[in-house]
Amino acid sequence: MTLYFTKDHEWIRVEGDTATVGISDHAQAALGDIVFAEVPEAGRALTKGGEAAVVESVKAASDVYAPASGEVIEGNAALVDDPALVNREPEGGGWFFSMRLSDPTELDGMMDEGAYREWCKTL
Amino acid sequence: MTINPSGWRPASPSDAKGDRPATTTGNRALMLEEPLLFEIGSRDQTGVDFDELAPSRQSGRGRAAGGSEGEGVSPFPTRPPPLASGESTPPAPAGGAKIASLLRTSLDLPGLSEPETVRHYTRLSRQNYAIDLGLFPLGSCTMKHNPRLNEKLARLPGFADIHPLQPRETVQGALDLINQLAFWLIDLTGMHGVAMSPKAGAHGELCGLLCIRAALEARGDAREVVLVPESAHGTNPATAAFCGYRVENIPATSAGRVDLEALKVRLGPDVAAVMITNPNTCGLFEPDMKGISDAVHAAGGFVYCDGANFNAIVGKVRPGDLGVDAMHINLHKTFSTPHGGGGPGSGPVVLSEALSPYGPLPYTARTKDGVVHLVEEEQAEDFSRIHFGGAVKSFGRMVAFHGQMGMFTRALSYILSHGADGLRQVAEDAVLNANYILRQLEDVLDAPFAHSGPCMHEAIFSDKDFGGGLSTIDLAKALIDEGFHPMTMYFPLVVHGAMLVEPTETESRATLDQFIVAMRSIAERARSGDESLKAAPVFAPRRRLDETLAARKPILAFKTPAPDGADSGAGAEFGGR
Repeated sequence: MTLYFTKDHEWIRVEGDTATVGISDHAQAALGDIVFAEVPEAGRALTKGGEAAVVESVKAASDVYAPASGEVIEGNAALVDDPALVNREPEGGGWFFSMRLSDPTELDGMMDEGAYREWCKTL
Repeated sequence: MTINPSGWRPASPSDAKGDRPATTTGNRALMLEEPLLFEIGSRDQTGVDFDELAPSRQSGRGRAAGGSEGEGVSPFPTRPPPLASGESTPPAPAGGAKIASLLRTSLDLPGLSEPETVRHYTRLSRQNYAIDLGLFPLGSCTMKHNPRLNEKLARLPGFADIHPLQPRETVQGALDLINQLAFWLIDLTGMHGVAMSPKAGAHGELCGLLCIRAALEARGDAREVVLVPESAHGTNPATAAFCGYRVENIPATSAGRVDLEALKVRLGPDVAAVMITNPNTCGLFEPDMKGISDAVHAAGGFVYCDGANFNAIVGKVRPGDLGVDAMHINLHKTFSTPHGGGGPGSGPVVLSEALSPYGPLPYTARTKDGVVHLVEEEQAEDFSRIHFGGAVKSFGRMVAFHGQMGMFTRALSYILSHGADGLRQVAEDAVLNANYILRQLEDVLDAPFAHSGPCMHEAIFSDKDFGGGLSTIDLAKALIDEGFHPMTMYFPLVVHGAMLVEPTETESRATLDQFIVAMRSIAERARSGDESLKAAPVFAPRRRLDETLAARKPILAFKTPAPDGADSGAGAEFGGR
């Protein structure tokens, strides 16, 4: 199992050819209270860097981008009823969707956890 | 995902303690609590007197609506009760049946007696803040005194009592006024033409970009991209996107200005226009404006200038001399017409020679015989052929009539009463006041661009040195307790926790000094991490609102509680009862 981060503050936890995606603790802190989350339906095809989900705080609505290409296995239904879960457990129970990767080599060169946390300090 | 860098992070108030009213009634001396109309009204009373309907208007049935006499008469202005079944329906005029089916037999609205009604609205008005009460330091939105002379002139019957569909020969004075104001706006900006009809700033932006699109399409070179600085008003990229352009950002320099070299690198045959605010939203003049315009023109594009901040340069700088092709002028800002709840906006757009032919209909024009024409679609072709020697190039029409007449009257009154020297002094005093605030506060608040020299009409600060997790919102709420409307917060996005203060020229030295004392005191508390700021406002009619709850569980309509007191579910009903 490997954890990667994007410069757009998504995380992706990879196990074999499946992965789980969410937004980082830094991202939820910057957004403030999350009031709405829209997760993709199972079967939807995602392209790396394309829009995959929507997260809305009191401040702004933002798109969550797919860190890699593939097909959605499941959206996190818990977020629909309790969007604050993203604030409480951004990198755990507040995941957005799981997916089957179509090209795991797309992950090459992405930031690991240590590199991401260091990079956040510079923002 | 993209993250808005402003530092704005609204949340539920952390401390709601002490929120209980200290009095039995909830009133606090002169601050009287006022329930919703639905909560205090009832359906069996009204404070409104209705005139008897003229017999000819009653369609031969029913009795005069209204009045409170008689059993079962609705206290509300309603049509007569529907006929009982079996009664014959009187003949209705054509289309009458359709209208009748849309009419409701009663409006379920709360009724109050006249004194209750008067008190309700008077009490609510006392919970408001207005330019007539005190300083309104909103940056990027000039909120200055509305001279009463403007109001007096706007109320002259010849201006106030006219109708847009009146025969033109009966409104020559009004058309002449529109034409005179147009003349002065062109003169003050050094431009070639003006579109008077746009209704406010963003509408003016739309007008300007539609002119640009029409001009580009006329030369068969539609183009795709509009460049906008990172610090732009949000309406700029929104307008460009609405007009079908792709928006790209222009980076800023460390001095808060447009990076001219970066702009030049990006310019190319796909760029339709550059939208620039000057002075910009950091309150800074763009000294490279002429260079920017020249570079954009050389690349075949147009320059749109957001004139929201024209107050800082009116009478001093003519945007036409800086190469601007289109600029909206907020009459409700620079030219002091009321806004922000006090009146409608008005956003005439001045145009360069290249764009003027594409401006919207209708427009006014004075011919040599002294007649001011209102040129609409029917006359446009003839008028254009006779007076401009060619076909109409206008992109079309934006509004039903010819603009905000009441605002035109006030703006012209403002221009003529100030004169050239007066308008120049408006800009000078506005800039002086902003610099006074900047220099009086820069030792207690981080002022990111103070090092780059004087500001224009607004001073910008950040929340950089605040302690204890405090942010700009806490300072702003404390400012409410001190009796001031907060400044613009968290905008522009390029400054973290931005506080944008625009005092305008109409505030006295004494008012500015009092504001500065309040700001210094709150800034010191914020720097020392004074937790009590998080509870502010303490003295306002309402304490800090729960923005998160409002977004997660919005209550958008009043529901009468069910008999068991529940405000939701089958027992609860919309509206009053």
